[in-house]
Amino acid sequence: MSVWINEDAKVIVQGITGRQGHFHATKMAEYGTNLVGGCTPGKGGQTVDLGVREVPVWDSVEDAIKTTDADASVVYVPPPFAAGAIMEAAEAFDRIKGEGVIICITEGIPTLDMVKAVAYVDDRPGIRLIGPNCPGIITPGDTGGAKIGIMPGHIHAKGRIGIVSKSGTLTYEAVAQTMSINEGQSTCIGIGGDPVNGTGFIDCLAAFQADSQTEAIVMIGEIGGSAEEEAAAWAKENVTKPIVGFVAGATAPPGKRMGHAGAIISGGKGTAAEKFAAFERAGIYVARDPSEIGAVLKTALEEAGLL
Amino acid sequence: MNIHEYQGKQLFRDAGVPVLDGVHCTTVEEALAAYDNLGSKVVAVKSQIHAGGRGKGNLYCPETGELQMEGGVKIAFSREEVETYATNILGHILITKQTGEEGKLVHNLYVESGCDIAHEYYLAMLVDREAKSILIMASTEGGMDIEEVAESNPEAIHKIWIDPNSGLLPFQSRNLGTALGLEGGALKSFTKMLSKLHSVFIANDCAMVEINPLVKTGDDGIIALDAKVGFDSNAEFRHKDWDDMRDMGEEDEAEIRASEAGLSYVKLDGNIGCLVNGAGLAMATMDVIKLKGGDPANFLDVGGGANEEQVTTAFSIILEDPNVKGILVNIFGGIMRCDIIARGVIAAVENLGLEVPLVVRLAGTNVDEGKAILAESTLNIHPADDLASGAQRIVELIGGDQ
Repeated sequence: MSVWINEDAKVIVQGITGRQGHFHATKMAEYGTNLVGGCTPGKGGQTVDLGVREVPVWDSVEDAIKTTDADASVVYVPPPFAAGAIMEAAEAFDRIKGEGVIICITEGIPTLDMVKAVAYVDDRPGIRLIGPNCPGIITPGDTGGAKIGIMPGHIHAKGRIGIVSKSGTLTYEAVAQTMSINEGQSTCIGIGGDPVNGTGFIDCLAAFQADSQTEAIVMIGEIGGSAEEEAAAWAKENVTKPIVGFVAGATAPPGKRMGHAGAIISGGKGTAAEKFAAFERAGIYVARDPSEIGAVLKTALEEAGLL
Repeated sequence: MNIHEYQGKQLFRDAGVPVLDGVHCTTVEEALAAYDNLGSKVVAVKSQIHAGGRGKGNLYCPETGELQMEGGVKIAFSREEVETYATNILGHILITKQTGEEGKLVHNLYVESGCDIAHEYYLAMLVDREAKSILIMASTEGGMDIEEVAESNPEAIHKIWIDPNSGLLPFQSRNLGTALGLEGGALKSFTKMLSKLHSVFIANDCAMVEINPLVKTGDDGIIALDAKVGFDSNAEFRHKDWDDMRDMGEEDEAEIRASEAGLSYVKLDGNIGCLVNGAGLAMATMDVIKLKGGDPANFLDVGGGANEEQVTTAFSIILEDPNVKGILVNIFGGIMRCDIIARGVIAAVENLGLEVPLVVRLAGTNVDEGKAILAESTLNIHPADDLASGAQRIVELIGGDQ
C-alpha cells in the first residue's frame, strides 16, 4: 500500500502544453508515472510528445477524466488561473467519480484565490488537494512508480518511510537522508509553504499511521503559522509509529518573509523554537540539523524495534 | 507589500470607509498650506513610515544622532505648532520599537483634521492560515498593542471568521459590534463601515488591514483614525496601481534587485553569505551555519531553475554586503542540474574576482559532473559532500577573521 497515490495511479496534467507542464510531464512519464493525458483549454484534440509516448490533450478536465478515468490531476497552470484550474478539477472529479487527488505545483497564487479554492474543495469531501507551491507527491514503485510533481525521481526508492514536508529541496535532503541509512520511502508528500493550502500535516500523519507500508515518518516543517504545533499535539494522541521532525528557520528574523509566502514569524508567533518544543513534548525525535535526519531516524527505528 | 497610512486612507475614502480629511505633505510649506486648507483648529501631524509604534517613537537628527523630538505623531493646536512638528519630523530619523535601532528616515507627512473621540477600539482584518479564511479581530482596548492585549486580557479580543462562500454576513458584523459594547447609531455606523472595509480587503487583495485606533465620535460616528494596509504580493499581477503606491525608500535596495532577478534575498547581520536553491533548504542552511558556530549574512533562494546569469547576480548581491567574509553554496539539484550550477559558480567567481573563501556543496541531479567541473577549475573553491561538513568548513575558513 501507499498513501493516496498508488504506484500505478492514472494521472492527467493541467497545463500540459505550457513550458513547465510539458517539461515536467515528460519527466514524470520517464520515471514511469502512468500519465494518461492532459488538458489545456482550446487545445483539445492535439497530442503531446512526452518522449516515451504521446498523450492526448482535452479542452476540459471533465473530458479528460471521462475518457481516462484518471485518479489524480497535477496543476502546472500559471498563478492567475491556477485556483480556477483547481476548482475545475475538483468539480469534475466530484461529479464523475466522487473522488480524486489534485496536486497543485504552481507558486505565487494569490492568497484570497486559495481561500476560495480550498473552500470549494472542502465542500467536496471525496476530493483532496495537495499544495499549492509544493514539489508534489511521489510513491516510488518496485519498478518506476508514481511521481506527480517536480521532484527528482532518481533519488527515491520504494521503502517504509513516509515523508511529509512544507519545503521542496529540503524534502529531497530528507529523502537522501533516509537513503543514507538504506531506507526507502512509502510516499513523500510536499504540502507546500503557502499560508493557505489544501492537505496539512495532520491529514498526512493520519494517512501514514493508517498505511501498512509506512513504518516510520519524517516530518519537515518551517517557521510561520502553528500547523507544526497542532500536528505534534495530534500525533501524541493518534500516531504510534515513530516520527522524526525538523523545522527550518531557527535563525530567521521576525517579520521577514523567507522565500515562501507563509514562512514568516509574525507577532512573535511561529518560531522554530516553539515548533521544536512542541515536537519534543509530543515525543517526536528531533533533528536540529537536516544532515542528522538519517542518524536520528536510525535511532528512532532501533528504539521502536524496527531495526 | 506595505503602503503608507495616507495611501491606505485614500483606499478607505474611495470605498466609503469613514476617515477624516487629511493631506499628504513632503515639505513644511505643504504642511502649513494643509493646515490652512483643512479648516480644523486642531490637527494631527503624523510621520509616514511603514513601521508601527510611531506615536511612541522618537525622532533623531540624521547627522548628529541627537534627539529632535519625542513622539512621531503630534497633535498641533496652532499654525506654529504645525510648523515646529513638521520641521522636526521631515528629514529626521524615526525610531520605533518596530523599526530596529537604525530607524527610518521620514520623507512623508500626513496632516489630518482633529475629531471628537468618545472611545478608541482596535480592529484588524487578515487571512487566518489555520482557519483558511478571513478573520476579523476587534477589541475595546484601542490604541494598545494587540499582542499585549492578547497576553494580558485575551477575553477583550473578539473574533469572527468569514465563510468564503457567503462573505461577511450582517449578523456577524452586528455581533462583533455588540461585543464591543456598541449600540444604536454607533452600532449601525460600525456594521456599515465593516462591510465596506471587507470590500476594500477583497478588492485590493490585502494580506492585512489594521486600524488602531478605530474611534467612536461623540455623535455616534465610527472613524478609522489609522490605516495600516499590507497587500499580498502574489496578487501584484492584477493590481497595476500598486506600482504607484510603492515606496522604494521603505524597501531594501538589494532585496528589490534580487526580486527583479527572480531571486529571493533577505539581508541578515552575520558574515557568511549563503546561496541555496529552495526556501526551506536556504533556511536550513542558515540554521546549520549557526549550529556550527557561524553567523549567516543572508537568506538567498535562487529558485528551482536558476541560470548562469542569476547565479552571478546572486553572488554580486551577496558580495555587496561588506560584512561577508565567506560564502557557502548549497545546492540540492532536482530539476536544477549540478553541472549547470557548477559552471555558473565558476563564471561568477571569474567575473567578480572573488576574494573570500567559497565552499560549494552539491547533491542530486548530475552531481558527479558538477563536482568534476569544480575540481578541474584552478579557482580556490572548497568542495563539501554534505550540508553539515560544508557549514563546518566555511566556519573554519573564516575563523581567523573573527
